[in-house]
Amino acid sequence: MAASPHDEAGLKTGDHARNAAGIAAADAPVVELRHVSLAFDEKVVLRDVSFILLPGHTKLILGASGSGKSTILKLILGLLRPDAGEVYVGGERVDQMEERELLRVRGGLGMVFQEGALFDSLTVGENVGFKLYEEMHRPLAEIRARVEEVLGFVRLAEYIDRRPTELSGGQRRRVAIARAMASKPGILLYDEATTGLDPITAITVDEEVVKLRDLEEVGSIVVTHQLRDAFFVATHEARRSGDRIEVAPADAAKADEAEFIMLKEGLVAFEGNAAELRASADPYIRSFLS
Amino acid sequence: MLQFVGNGLKQAVLEVQEYVNLQVTVVRAAFSRPFYMRDLIEQLDQIGIGSLTVVTLAGFFTGAVLALQSGITLDQFGARPFVGRLVSASMVKELGPVLTGLMLAGRVGSGIAAELGSMVVTDQINALRALGTDPVRKLVVPRVLAGVIMTPILTIIADTLGIIGGWIIAVFQLRVASSIYWTSVTDGLYLQDVWMGLIKPFVLGFAIVTIGCHVGLQTRGGTQGVGRSTTYAVVAASVAVIAADLFITQLLVDLLY
Repeated sequence: MAASPHDEAGLKTGDHARNAAGIAAADAPVVELRHVSLAFDEKVVLRDVSFILLPGHTKLILGASGSGKSTILKLILGLLRPDAGEVYVGGERVDQMEERELLRVRGGLGMVFQEGALFDSLTVGENVGFKLYEEMHRPLAEIRARVEEVLGFVRLAEYIDRRPTELSGGQRRRVAIARAMASKPGILLYDEATTGLDPITAITVDEEVVKLRDLEEVGSIVVTHQLRDAFFVATHEARRSGDRIEVAPADAAKADEAEFIMLKEGLVAFEGNAAELRASADPYIRSFLS
Repeated sequence: MLQFVGNGLKQAVLEVQEYVNLQVTVVRAAFSRPFYMRDLIEQLDQIGIGSLTVVTLAGFFTGAVLALQSGITLDQFGARPFVGRLVSASMVKELGPVLTGLMLAGRVGSGIAAELGSMVVTDQINALRALGTDPVRKLVVPRVLAGVIMTPILTIIADTLGIIGGWIIAVFQLRVASSIYWTSVTDGLYLQDVWMGLIKPFVLGFAIVTIGCHVGLQTRGGTQGVGRSTTYAVVAASVAVIAADLFITQLLVDLLY
């Protein structure tokens, strides 16, 4: 379907996979939640939530606002700690880790925040290359090239020297995606990455999620309430065709790999693939899908 | 009622605990890697050069009004020529450090609380942590170091401008000879006074910036929360400046005099 500048961008297949492998052995879950519960004062946000994410797979978390979707991502990153249960990233238990160790684990993770969370005091290029500049041992020319590459990926290369405040909401979101993928993490977490974007840009973002998953084996957890985008990611796959990369409808086996989780008041109300979600007779899920 | 008081006390103890934790973390981080030199230079500029105008003006006018007021009082004892002694001792030991501290509490404390508070409510602090960067090392340590370095420098500038302000009033208003004023200025200063005037701003600078950072990082509740944090940071830092001044003065009087 859509041609991609993927190869021009020069992302080497396997870089992400190596980062993922650095986190966990092949086929071992890269992320695992075991009976996780969390409450803020009297409000219970998550109750007994469990799931695993395999390398190169996608987990799509759906739910109404305030159902605890974004909280799951913050638990995986170690930004929050659960009241009960265990959280593993790459086989390491992160819910009891000290902040200093967490900083190391987060090196293999990329996160796209709900409103972008770009640093206003830095340029777009400095935002995107932030993690690379922080590593302090890379040549500046190499970092600049990588920043231009990923900005080209999200079609914002010409905005490299602008400030985030000069960008539209959609552009800020795309810069946030470029920042998350710049260091080639093994796992990418998307918190409402397409909310508020126009349909064309949203599809572009969805295609990038699919390409990173299928060609770079990046495990993805996509939190959204945009059903169109969730189903697009679940039912499409990226393939190499000569020098080009195509995103096309996935075969049944591939589509089965993408798993949906529906949260309702902190509980997992549904877990299964796209076909099972569509076929569900649960009234809450039916009303959500309608 | 009892429960309300109990909750309030618990909250206050937690707040103090968090603040002390931040201070300990900052001190530890200041002596270990990674160190953000570029951010430190940026903060030296923002806190130091940025505060120069307000500190200069405050110092100048305070010294001038001090000379004016004390001139009237000294006249009653025929001691007008001693006005320089009074101005220099007051500025160097007390008014220079405290006024500079209060000016910085208003300008720097509020700015830091607002900036960090905005970063908290827009998830930028979480983004920093997600990108593997420690916000304390990246944001707090450079600000605290800049505060500790620049507050004494700004205080010396305020002292100098205060004494110059006093000189202008002494010469043109009180008709004291310039040479008498400057002799009186140096006669009125002892080495202990200079030490007191230099040690105080280190402590005040540390208090102002750590309070601004702590309040900013604790911000909750969107843009309204940022507004609340800004106000709270100014109030807390101003009270801390005056309270800390009393304790440091008592300590230094015991140690130096």
